[in-house]
Amino acid sequence: MSVLPETDQTISSPPTQAIRHRRRLSPNKVWSLVTLTPSIILLAVFVYYFIFWTGYVSFSNWNSFIQNMSWNGFNNYIAVFQSFRFQSDLRNMVFFTVGYMVGCLVLGMLLALLIDQKIKGEGILRSVFLYPMAISAAATGVIWNWILNPTTGLNLILKALGVHHLPQWYLSTAIVPNFNIGYIQGGLPLALVAVLIASLWQWTGFAMALYLAGLRAIPEEIKEAARIDGAGAFRTFWSVILPHLRPITTTAVVMLMAASLKVFDLIYAMTGPGSNFVTDLPALNMFDTTFQGNEFAQGAAIATVLLILVLIFIIPYLIYTIRREAA
Amino acid sequence: MNKWKVASSLGTGFISLSLVSATALTSAYAAGSSSGQVDLFSWWTGKASSKALQTVINIYEAQHKGQKVVNDAVAGGAGSNAKAVLASRMEAGNPPSTFQVHVGNGSLLSWIQAGDMTPLNFLYKSQGWYKAFPKSLLNLMTVKGNIYAVPIDMQRANVLWYNTAIFKKYKLSPPSTFAAFFKDAAILKSHGITPLALANHGNWETTLLWSDVLLGTVGRVEYNKLMDGKASWTSKGVVEASKNYLKMMTYVNSDYEALHWAQADGLVADGKAAMNVMGDWAQGYFTTTAGLKPLKQFGWAATPGTKGVFAAVSDAFGLPSKLSGKAKTNAINFLKVVGSAKAQTEFNPLKGTFSPRLDANPQSYDAYGKDAMKSYKKDPLVLVPGQGGLNPGFTTALENAMSVFTSNKNVNQFLSTLASAAKTNPLP
Repeated sequence: MSVLPETDQTISSPPTQAIRHRRRLSPNKVWSLVTLTPSIILLAVFVYYFIFWTGYVSFSNWNSFIQNMSWNGFNNYIAVFQSFRFQSDLRNMVFFTVGYMVGCLVLGMLLALLIDQKIKGEGILRSVFLYPMAISAAATGVIWNWILNPTTGLNLILKALGVHHLPQWYLSTAIVPNFNIGYIQGGLPLALVAVLIASLWQWTGFAMALYLAGLRAIPEEIKEAARIDGAGAFRTFWSVILPHLRPITTTAVVMLMAASLKVFDLIYAMTGPGSNFVTDLPALNMFDTTFQGNEFAQGAAIATVLLILVLIFIIPYLIYTIRREAA
Repeated sequence: MNKWKVASSLGTGFISLSLVSATALTSAYAAGSSSGQVDLFSWWTGKASSKALQTVINIYEAQHKGQKVVNDAVAGGAGSNAKAVLASRMEAGNPPSTFQVHVGNGSLLSWIQAGDMTPLNFLYKSQGWYKAFPKSLLNLMTVKGNIYAVPIDMQRANVLWYNTAIFKKYKLSPPSTFAAFFKDAAILKSHGITPLALANHGNWETTLLWSDVLLGTVGRVEYNKLMDGKASWTSKGVVEASKNYLKMMTYVNSDYEALHWAQADGLVADGKAAMNVMGDWAQGYFTTTAGLKPLKQFGWAATPGTKGVFAAVSDAFGLPSKLSGKAKTNAINFLKVVGSAKAQTEFNPLKGTFSPRLDANPQSYDAYGKDAMKSYKKDPLVLVPGQGGLNPGFTTALENAMSVFTSNKNVNQFLSTLASAAKTNPLP
């Protein structure tokens, strides 16, 4: 977070200051270095050193309380990728991440567009949609565990309404379509839909807030001009508003992606790994492997795979924004 | 391109925030134990258990004026979160003065093998504990003649709880064999009552049921051989046990994956289900939370086929080897209190467990406690895989295999997974 003021300053400083900025060791630069040093050191030790350490452990034989750092090659990775549980995790992760992102973006955009219609009570509605974000994921998990429990929750209402084929929600072990891939069944585990409902409930407001800020930043004149040129509401949205929201979408995609790959608390509280691992995700597997099974090297291997997956999405984003800023 | 600035700074902020949250977790363990205090680590955060622990703390503080016991309890079912925190503290060379651990070949043996524990034979000798506790319990904490922990309580894992009103109504008696169980279950099912309440939100409850069924099917001798890595996991007996388990699963509530263990007992207490297999920590739920009277409103029996065997889950406290000087002396003094008759008599009735000391007075306990104590004193003890009884790596593999097995019902695949897990994570 401490990076932010510096970035803002460089960007917003008037041209004269920017020229002075190029000189080495201007007071500004010294000051920023001094203020940044503590967080650089902390990040170096507690983030980058531990990432390195985790990577190192993942190649070792440390699979009990006895710290055995002898070289184990890729054996931990092989064991992890061969396990039924991790293969299930990867399948679930793909469906969860895609569903989560698309759901958040589409619903968030929809809410933002509706709220942007200069309606009454906008402030209240905005808070209502944002509020779930203020609830901890663990609490969200417990609440939705109750609501979607097929024997006691929402199903009682559906039953009263005369619905016959009641959904099993997160207890369903069905996977659609069901085909064999590796050791597991490929397809979308229906139980994940219940988890998606809970996480969308929590995070849609976040996408909405981002989009709302984006919508408000679109100059009124441009929309006015489109209207004068005879563009209808849909045309204006498609050709004027949507392109203007692209940077917001990119940011939202990366942030939501990173969040979804790391999901742990919601699932831990709501469903656990589920029967046949239909709602398991790598972070949960990593916790069990490392801290229940004491298989530290294998846990580290899962963590490393997870990190690489996150980086695959974040690095291109960082390069993209840096280039964009430079342009 | 003002929007880009907003968007990118938001993105950077988010990424650095998530990094910060990761570091906060690490730094939380930085606080160490100073010499004037005892740093006590457990997963006893529940109402009854923390109150019980406080009595032990009070006794120690009264005996050692000016010293403070810092209660570092970490919440979480069956200690899963606490074990994670403990592992990182031990790893960081910052152990607590003493910590809660289950007796058996699970975490306790792992810590011993890692050289993280100090033998306590001297304490057993000076306190006369060799005679205070039964040999069968001491065996579960002994490696190569060295004893490594002091037990504070005793719990039983092979208990079948039942709703007495339902049993009376249908003229049933608690089943002592599997044949009797399935007969009862069929009757109950025909009357629209769930025969067996089950939970599995914690992913360990089905494993407990299966291991009780295993014990009841193969018998104590073969069961012990399996726990010691001296028998085959693919033998006829284990196959039969797994089939018994699958048959039992046709009599359980459908939403078991959604329930916590106490909720399953809630089904029995409310009369929605007739029976539940759970450790005797469930007794506190029946009497305190549900307000039922033992024997009158709820009853218990050994799970089918396990009469005369006591599946032991005992909490104990050990001495980390990295302690020295004053901190070590304090920890030893605290352990003396933990093993004392006075502390155990105050601690156990509050916690809903009973004292593992042979001189413990049955009159301090209720009907269930008296009954369990009787069995404990005369019956042989066995380990429980899901409750710290076995190699943690094997236990995790077992729980994972259980999740698949319960769903796909493939006995052969399940048992070959266990056999290979036992190879990777050797069992004594």
